[in-house]
Amino acid sequence: MDADLVEDTRDKIKLDGAAIIAAIKQSGIEFILSVPDIVTSGGLLRPIAREASLRLIRVCKEDECIGIASGLCYCDKRALSLIQHTGFLDSINAIRGVAVEYAQPICMMIGLLGHDPYTSPRNSPRYGVRIIEPILEAMGIAHHLINEDGDIAKIAPAIEAAYASSQPVALLIGRRPS
Amino acid sequence: MMQRDECFRVLARHVGDAVVVSTYSSAFEWLDLGERALNYFSVGAMGLDSSHALGLALGRPDRRIICLQGDGSLLMNLGSLVTIAAAAPKNLVHFVVQNGTYEANGSHPLPSTGLDFAAMARSAGYAQVHDFSDLGNFTQQAAHVLNQTGPVFATLRVERSRDLTYDYPKIYDPARRKALKEALRD
Repeated sequence: MDADLVEDTRDKIKLDGAAIIAAIKQSGIEFILSVPDIVTSGGLLRPIAREASLRLIRVCKEDECIGIASGLCYCDKRALSLIQHTGFLDSINAIRGVAVEYAQPICMMIGLLGHDPYTSPRNSPRYGVRIIEPILEAMGIAHHLINEDGDIAKIAPAIEAAYASSQPVALLIGRRPS
Repeated sequence: MMQRDECFRVLARHVGDAVVVSTYSSAFEWLDLGERALNYFSVGAMGLDSSHALGLALGRPDRRIICLQGDGSLLMNLGSLVTIAAAAPKNLVHFVVQNGTYEANGSHPLPSTGLDFAAMARSAGYAQVHDFSDLGNFTQQAAHVLNQTGPVFATLRVERSRDLTYDYPKIYDPARRKALKEALRD
């Protein structure tokens, strides 16, 4: 079985992947731009790849997502970049230039690889995860933690606000969606 | 070997209402040929020009999108060749202006200058691939290249044309981004 489909039986709290995808569609997103991430692979990327109403663009490196999303934005098309937190870190200069300095509504859904979902990202056992929220705050980027089903209701308003204000937003996925 | 400004003058005769994405030296040389709302300069980070062009091509399949990318820039985003070929936008024409230098950063040489970008694009899966080093041949073929079903890739082998003035506030003026967005809504 592929690694992303092995269920984590230790985690008793669920995050409903289908409900996240429904919220993405509700937000008017037409394009998903993605490099695979083991956190979101089974619960989001695989079903999105089968979803006729979302066009999946598979990219080679995460900063490509930022440019593609910007080009789409000029055409009044909405996009979501589905990436891992390592890819976010690798793309910071692109996010700095395009999303922040040019005030583009770049929407990112970021899987927190190696995070313990029973702690906050700021207290994560992983250094790479611990620094994500402070970096987003230093860059002035709005962010929301999507860690359990009750958080899914944050997604559509956050994306709507990003486009209304022409500002970026980061949605942090704290555990593997089912 | 060609001059970049000569090549751009040839292209300018054929671009019509296409969106032209360019950065750094290519952007300043392109802008010298005239203002147009459909110029897209604000790519934010070196290398992303081809990715912005792909986004535009996907968002407006009814309109031709032209990318004028430097060779140093493309080297920072080589994976975009694969992404573009896989996404297969029929309306995208991707030029790489190959002069072997990071011209805007002091004209230092690239780590290697004998690269065959057309071969890379062909391997990635572009629908049409060209490699021009003669201005007469490019002049003859330019309209054909711009009208082919894409994604189209073309290398323009050039030498440094002349000293440029890098007026970044001018090309990154927010008014340009606003004008482009409005022009794309027409």
